[in-house]
Amino acid sequence: MGETGQISRRNLLVTGGALLAFGPTRADAAASDAEITRILAGRTAKVTGLTLDVPSIAENGLVVPVNLSVASPMTATDYVRAIHLIAPENPIPLVASFRFTPASGRAATSMRMRLAQTQTIVAIAELSNNDVLIAQAEVKVTIGGCGG
Amino acid sequence: MATATPRVRLPAIAKKGDIIEIKTLISHEMESGQRKDSAGALVPRKIIKLFEAQFNGHPVFSADWNPSVSANPYQSFFAKVEESGIFEFAWTDDDGTVTKTTAKITVT
Amino acid sequence: MISRRDFLAAGAALASVGGVRRAAAAQAITQAQLLEFAPLGQVTLLHITDLHAQLLPMNFREPSVNIGVGEAGGRPPHLTDAAFRKFFAIADRSPEAFALTSDDFVALAREYGRMGGLDRIATLVAAIRAERGADRVALLDGGDTWQGSWTALQTKGGDMAACMALLKPDAMVGHFEFTYGQDRLQELAKAQAFPFLASNILDEWKEPVFPDRRMMVRGGVKIAVIGQAFPFTPIANPRWLMPDWNFGIQEELLRANVAAARAEGASVVVLLSHNGYDVDRKLAGRVAGIDVILSAHTHDAMPRPELIGTTLLVASGCYGKFLTRIDLDVQGGKIAGWRHRLIPVFADAITPDPTMAAEIARHRAPYLADLGRVLGRTQGVLYRRGNLAGTFDDLICDAMLAERDAEIALSPGFRWGASLLPGQDITAEDVYAATAITYPACYRTSMTGAQLHDVLEDVADNLFNPDPYYQQGGEMARLGGVGYRLDPNAAMGRRITDMVLLRTGAPLDPTRSYRVAGWASINQTVEGPPIWDVVSAHLRANPEIRPTDRSNVKLVGA
Repeated sequence: MGETGQISRRNLLVTGGALLAFGPTRADAAASDAEITRILAGRTAKVTGLTLDVPSIAENGLVVPVNLSVASPMTATDYVRAIHLIAPENPIPLVASFRFTPASGRAATSMRMRLAQTQTIVAIAELSNNDVLIAQAEVKVTIGGCGG
Repeated sequence: MATATPRVRLPAIAKKGDIIEIKTLISHEMESGQRKDSAGALVPRKIIKLFEAQFNGHPVFSADWNPSVSANPYQSFFAKVEESGIFEFAWTDDDGTVTKTTAKITVT
Repeated sequence: MISRRDFLAAGAALASVGGVRRAAAAQAITQAQLLEFAPLGQVTLLHITDLHAQLLPMNFREPSVNIGVGEAGGRPPHLTDAAFRKFFAIADRSPEAFALTSDDFVALAREYGRMGGLDRIATLVAAIRAERGADRVALLDGGDTWQGSWTALQTKGGDMAACMALLKPDAMVGHFEFTYGQDRLQELAKAQAFPFLASNILDEWKEPVFPDRRMMVRGGVKIAVIGQAFPFTPIANPRWLMPDWNFGIQEELLRANVAAARAEGASVVVLLSHNGYDVDRKLAGRVAGIDVILSAHTHDAMPRPELIGTTLLVASGCYGKFLTRIDLDVQGGKIAGWRHRLIPVFADAITPDPTMAAEIARHRAPYLADLGRVLGRTQGVLYRRGNLAGTFDDLICDAMLAERDAEIALSPGFRWGASLLPGQDITAEDVYAATAITYPACYRTSMTGAQLHDVLEDVADNLFNPDPYYQQGGEMARLGGVGYRLDPNAAMGRRITDMVLLRTGAPLDPTRSYRVAGWASINQTVEGPPIWDVVSAHLRANPEIRPTDRSNVKLVGA
């Protein structure tokens, strides 16, 4: 439920004075595809081993928690180099790239991101042996209200 | 925000070989460059684009941030500690401003 | 449940047509029968939930429409009336039929009388503790306890907390409790003698705001009770009332809590959950190691638990209509056997606990004159529950259309709100029981037909998404002045069709702006009179209410 000014997904992001003028339509499919292609660099990604933990429904499209992890020994010869986080429907799809070292001890990180609209988030991990892992998960950005 | 204020949480004491969790927060609007002001003009982008953590001078973790990172960015990660020392955290703004803080850990 | 012998007794009473039928039916059900239970093992769990601040006995009509989608389709709790009775082998017109299903509601309500009442629940709880020994019993409150009445709203949950304290619960969780604001909630939670649990609420550092579990020993058995708040509270309710907290289902935290509880030696792991039934069913299949899930939120009452793998899924209804008792036999650190009963709280059959009755009276006393004001009278049943519509919601929508000079009214699909019988006065207390929230402003705005369609599609997806983890809603939002077709099984964006402005019969124009009134907006800056004033004003002008089945929503494909 809501008032005018809070009823479209576009306007959903108008909260707390932080206005994100993300468009309501798919930004640029080519942009996220290009980003993924660039990261993969010709390698074929495996769909296991990378955990992408996001809420099924965003409480607030401006602040969506993300947990990322890969089970890795994180030794000098076997570690996760990076995890990339992509929100394909955002105007700039690459949200962040997280870079680990063996001194990280554990390939795990948490942060919070902005989501323009309901979409399937993509994460890609690059390992020291050049393996690539991919995971995806849908986050629904809803108008909300009416619960009970 | 005129000045970015960083906060970090990590244990003060750990055992040699422990993997500890480090949590960081910094107050920053992370102006996306996508937003229009009340007059309809684009508000210029101003974000923290790089976060780095080092332990006793060696890189532990870093993150490249883009405009989809939420305001007041939260970043957590882990570190394996083999000796006592100093963690250094640095947040680099689009304009080159670097905000730094440190934290000490005693390893037994 | 009630035995066949009791049912026959009730049936016999029913056959004796006459003015004393209700008394006869009530007498056929005795307190002793309601408490009948062959004890088992060392541990007794008692579960009450979704009381919504109902201290007194009342009527609550169960839904006649409860649509399950995806895997939930065609199975309880998404069965109603004859299909529900058939599934659970419940005789027509029996006490259980009255308590659990909706048809013959008026006749059966007059037969069996009101249900619930915290003084009756207190009597049952005390009797079970006496029978079993209090050291074997854990009483768990599933939440949505502190909100839903005028007295609760005026005392910001204080009356409910004080009355519940007399029951001595061992733990509780929450949902509408959070709508008193995070400071008040913290204050109330800290004042209780038992923990307010929430394993799925995190602060800005992603650290728990509340205790996540309580370890206790009952009957010599170590039990872990893990708490789960309604995961979508800041979406379904105003986030500005709890701005610093993140919710969510948080499966990973739950797995860690289960593991920690086992590591601490728990033989029994209980999830005291306010997830909602379908979410809990999915969760039971994904998070290993939970023995019992005490489910809440969706107000479902299940006469038998559902077994998901080795997890017992228990649903105890709402409004104080039921008290669940589960006895557990624990051998070698595992549950070797269990026995369950969903005890219907037939108010006329149970002696009120005098201490609780006095406490309730004490809290109501300052408000009695206000609560008792007669605003109107209904000639038909006024009820709330049902996926698509309720006659009490029709009354609220009519009030908004008339009093706020709107073409279209929007009312939230809340599952709570007492039912009124034909001929019954509509008092201020009845209106409050359907509206008492902390964000009651009845706003007035304009929306295009396309925006209204977007809102309805969004709400429909929150209710009918085939994946329960994407279901955050209550029932469908109620619309006044508009009819539409609903296909719950269609994809989002295609569920709602043929929206019509009922006044003119014209299709809703996607580009035209309509004058819309609504209430319970989750937006902080909403202005307007509280909804109870709007409904009261409407009743003053129209004191005789004639509820009808308007069938403004045409259900297709379900």
